[in-house]
Order: sequence, then structure tokens, then C-alpha cells
Amino acid sequence: MTIPALLLLIMLAAPTVTVILSLALRYPRLAEYSNLAAAIINFILSFPLLVLALRGPMVFAHGYVLLDLLGAWVILCVTIVYLLSSIYAIGYMRLLDEEERLPLFYALFSGFALTMLLACVMNSAGVYWIAIELTTLVSTFLVRFERAAEGTEAAWKYIMVVSAGLALALLGTSFFYWGGSSVLGQTYAMTWANLLHCAPSVYPPLELVAFLLVLVGYGTKAGLAPMHTWLPDAHSESPAPVSAMLSGALLNTAILGIARYLGVVNKTAIGYMAHLAVVCFGIFSFVIAALFIVRQRGVKRLMAYSSVEHIGVQALGLGFGGVYGVAGALYHMLNHSLNKSLMFFGAGNAMRAYGTKEIPEIRGVLKTFPVTGTLWLLGAVGIAGAPPFALFLSEFTILRAGIAGPYRWAALLFIIFLIVIFIGFLSHFRDMCFAGDVTPAVHISGMFWRSLPMWLTFAPLLILGLWWPHELWSIFTEISATMFGGSR
Amino acid sequence: MFLSHITSLQASVFSSLAILSLLLTFVMLGSHWLRNYVYAFAVQSWLIAILSACVAYFGGFPELYMIAVMTALFRGLVLPYLLIRIVDRLNVKREIHTVLQSSSSMVLGALAVMFAYVIANHINQEMLPAAHIVVLALTVMLSMKLLGFLMLSVRDEAISQILGLLVLENGIFLGSQILVPGMPLLIEIVILFDLLIVVACFGMLVRYLVVHAGTTSSRQLNRLVG
Repeated sequence: MTIPALLLLIMLAAPTVTVILSLALRYPRLAEYSNLAAAIINFILSFPLLVLALRGPMVFAHGYVLLDLLGAWVILCVTIVYLLSSIYAIGYMRLLDEEERLPLFYALFSGFALTMLLACVMNSAGVYWIAIELTTLVSTFLVRFERAAEGTEAAWKYIMVVSAGLALALLGTSFFYWGGSSVLGQTYAMTWANLLHCAPSVYPPLELVAFLLVLVGYGTKAGLAPMHTWLPDAHSESPAPVSAMLSGALLNTAILGIARYLGVVNKTAIGYMAHLAVVCFGIFSFVIAALFIVRQRGVKRLMAYSSVEHIGVQALGLGFGGVYGVAGALYHMLNHSLNKSLMFFGAGNAMRAYGTKEIPEIRGVLKTFPVTGTLWLLGAVGIAGAPPFALFLSEFTILRAGIAGPYRWAALLFIIFLIVIFIGFLSHFRDMCFAGDVTPAVHISGMFWRSLPMWLTFAPLLILGLWWPHELWSIFTEISATMFGGSR
Repeated sequence: MFLSHITSLQASVFSSLAILSLLLTFVMLGSHWLRNYVYAFAVQSWLIAILSACVAYFGGFPELYMIAVMTALFRGLVLPYLLIRIVDRLNVKREIHTVLQSSSSMVLGALAVMFAYVIANHINQEMLPAAHIVVLALTVMLSMKLLGFLMLSVRDEAISQILGLLVLENGIFLGSQILVPGMPLLIEIVILFDLLIVVACFGMLVRYLVVHAGTTSSRQLNRLVG
């Protein structure tokens, strides 16, 4: 067994062991710490995997598992969020006072991480679809974990909308396979490489329909408007660590599928149309999110619409294409994962302390949480796209790609609604932090577990905003060159 | 591609099976009784199983026999059984508040089939005689997709929504048996199992909906907006 295969195996085995241990022994503390251990192991392993992937794509397990640079990059983003939310979950879930249900929670939680990691390394378009479907099934039960009526409603809408969307993606997948069968014969492995190989000779109208189906299907999972309707409900009703995982990690795994299919059709006759479609979905998500952010009342729904916004930004980056577009989108993926985790952690703290999800009832955050409240506020400044935080750099890069390419109109709309979102998002935070009155808050315990991950996200956000490491840039240019055929 | 030298007998067997399945979708669309949906779905699954067996026989894909058996078993027996259990537990016999009369939803469904035909004609590049069967398969596949979405949007009851989803998936299965019979076996098997898990999850969720939200009608799931 080669080293990369071994590392991948350990990475997938760690959360599996947590699932088994939590379900078999049902001991809350063990479940907590074994989940944390699995998260730490995965986080550490994701770096060597990324470095190994730089040598070129590798396949294992009879061609079913693929480790390539793009997959390894998404794995890194997923494991970062998994680690941060596992730390936060220890503090947060103890507040629910349901010790006996904790093992179930951590079993589902690590199972959710496992399915997301699986989706990143699947070499077959069909198996990737299955992995994405599994992430939905596992996370549905996490969404309704708090057992409120709203949570159940959100879970129902989530599984319904996403399953219907994914059915479209399955149809698109089989259309891609059908198109390829004119080149490779009736039976061939449905790998990304094979799809790429066949793509130029597929009948263009068929390929366009297939791509649009896949885009709408995985776009539903990624939360692109107008298929985003499940997202604000699911993200606002689930426990805060789960919200962070849904927003910071799950959306990336769906964007991975869109990026892979975009790479497949990039060099074909429909390449331009495909990019245009992705840009249009991106801009539409951006506009919808801006409008809902301005008038939002729920604090976690605010964060959820901000996720729609940032998925729109990533779609814009991929749609604009070129080295700047792809690099910006991938850098944005990491930055958004970090920043959105910070925002959901802050929102979870505020929700628990004030006992409400409504923004107008949350006042005086800085008085109640002098330290973590400040981090939360700075995170809000960062997520609205202001320097010196990392999202500014990635959004700026995507903007450069937009202005350089054929989509200037989209870049213009991007700037306008970026300003709208900046004003809308921060005005909510001004009210929560600086409006005169102070809502009485209850003291909540476990502050160590809940403030540590906030520091852990804040520090890299600041560093990555001031310094874009050259190694990351070379990874992005490599991905852009291998998948989208750009110059290095 | 085995469709390019298909005989007229084979073509008519395939087309009659496909059209029968499409008709059964209209039965679901037109009926208000929840049990009828489930029976129509079961029969449709059996038709798809027969179709798989025919493709296996005519096209020489022995592994499709296994798919046929599993389709009949899972989609034709286990899923309907699970669904009937959910219906019995819910104590809801029929859709009461429909957004649309069944006649108007049938008309909409007919329009959807025409739209599907236009698309199918557009993306087909096969020559005759394969063109007939390919366009037919694509039309049925896409129109079951559209009809499934129509059912999802005009029906309120949780169980009809689950069935709408299953119709979406049946459409894909039916079409891909004809168009891409060589699709890797493993993927088809896993998708079948996946469907079973999906329905199990839905079953659990329906129970939670009754307990926590007090309703299984999506019309009353309106706490979360904006």
C-alpha cells in the first residue's frame, strides 16, 4: 500500500471509528473526545495529502478513489471546519442538557464528516452523486437534533428540496454517460477522466442539457439561488456546530462537483454557455442574498443568506474562469469556511446567552461578551468583504477576473451588491453591538471550548488577509492549468 | 450501441412498457387516494423490472437480470410495503386540500409531456430506426421528471411528496435502462439501496412531523419564512 493510500485510509477510518465507538458504548465523554481526536487526525493528515496531490492525480481501489489537487483542497477546507466545529460542539452541546443523546449526536456528526470526505475523493461521477446524497441523509437528522417543531420542518424541507434537486443531477449524470457511450462504447467506467476524454465528441445540445441538469442539481445542494430555499431554514434551525459544518464544509463539496463538471465541458463547444450559466446563477444568488440580508430578522438566517452570497461569489469565480477566477474561487472557499464558522460560533453564543434567534432582541453584545463579541464583530467586518481580512483578497481577485473577461456586466453587478451587502450586514451588527440598550443575558458555561475555535479562525483570517502564501498560489494555478487548461 | 440495430418487435416491446409507465404516472397525478398512488407506483416499478429483463435479453446484458430482480423486489415490493405502512400510520386516506383540481393538473401534465418531447427531439442525434425508441425513452424520462415535480408542487401530504420523489427516480431508471444499459452495475445497485435508505429516513421524519409539528401537510409547514 502506498503512502497516500494509507493516509487516505486513516483519514476515512478515524471518523468511522468515532461512529462505531459512540454508538456501541454510548458514553458521552468518550463520544466527544473521540470525535475531537478524529477531527484532529483528519486536520493533520489533510496537509500531507495536499502536498502529495501536487505530484499529480492518483487513483486507488480499482479506480474508484481519486486523490487530485482539487479534491485535496476541498478536503483541507472540510477538515478545518470539522476540527473547529468539533471543538465548539463540546462546549455548545453540553448546554442542551441532554447527556444521553450526545453519543448519537457525535455519531451523526462524524458520520456527516465521513460522507463529505468520501465525496471529495470519489473518482466516479455516479459514486460522487451517491456520496452527496448520503451527506443529505445524515445531516437531515442533525438539522432536527434539537427536536423543535421548526427544526423538524426545516429538516423536512431540506431533505425534500435537496433530494428533488439531486434527482436532476442524477439525470444529468446519466446523460453525460450516454453521451460518452458514443466514444467509449456501451460499458465504461464513469470516471472524471473518461468524461473529460469523451466530452469534445458528445453531441453539443445533449451535453448542454446534461450540464444544466447537473448544475441545477448540485447547485441545489450548494445553495445557489433560486434553488437555495432549503438553506436558510436548515442552517438556522440546526445546532450551531452543525450550521458551521453545513455552511463551511458541505457547500464546498457540492461546489466541487460543479467545478469538476465545468472542467469536463470547459474545452467543448458549449464551454462558453456553461460558464455563462454558472455566472448567471452566481450573480442571481448574490442579488437574492443581498436583498434578504438587508431585511433579515433572524441572526442565524442572516448568516445563512450570507452563505448563499458567498457560494454565489465562488460560482462567479469559477464562471469567470482564468487563473484569477479559479484561484479566487478556491481561495474564497477556504476563507469562507473559516469566516463562516466564526460567524456561526458567535451566533450560537449569542443565541444561548439571550435565549432568542431574533436580531432585534439581541442587544449589547460587546457588554455581554467583551472578547468573543469583539471577535464576532471583526468577523462580520471580514465576511462583509472589508480589508484586512482574507475574504477581501479573494473577492478582489475574482473581481479582477471578471473585469478582465467577457462578463464585465456581472463584475459591475458584483460590485454594486457587494456594497449593499456590506451596508446591510454591518447595520445589523451595529444594532446588536452598539445600540443603546442591553438585553439581559444568562451566564453560559463552557466558554473555553466556545472561544478557542473563534480565536483559531480569527488568527488565520487575519494572516491570510495580509499575506497570500506563494505555495497556495502555485496550488491554485496548478488546479487551474490541469482542470481548466489555463496558463500556469 | 444495441439500439442502432433494434428490431421492430423489440422496439414495440420497449415503447409499450415505457408508455404504460407514463400512463401510470398520470394515474397518480389524477387520483386523490393515497393508496392508489402507492399501487400505481408498485405496478410502475414492476414494469420497469420487466423492461430491464427485456433489455438484458435482447441486448445481451446478463447483469441486468440482477437489476431486474432487485428492482422488482425493492421498488415493487419493499418500498410499497413501507409506504403503505406510513399511510396506515398517518390515518390520512386522501389528499383533501389540493392546489389544483385533478383535471387541471392532468392538463398541465399533458403540456409537460409535450415540452419533454420537444427537448427530447432536440437532444437526440440518432438516425432511424433507433431515433424512434431513443426519442420515446427520452420523452418518457423527461416527462416523468416534470410530472414528478408537478406532483411535488401541487400536493400537500407528506406521503404524496415522497411518491413524487420516487416518480422522479423511476423516470431516470426507466430511461437509463434503454439509453445506457451498460451503466456500471455497482452504481445501479447502490442507487437502489440508497433509495431504500431515503424512504426509511422519510418514514422517520414523517413520524417526527406528526409528533413535533402536529401535521403532515406541507401547507401547514409555514413557520420558517423570509
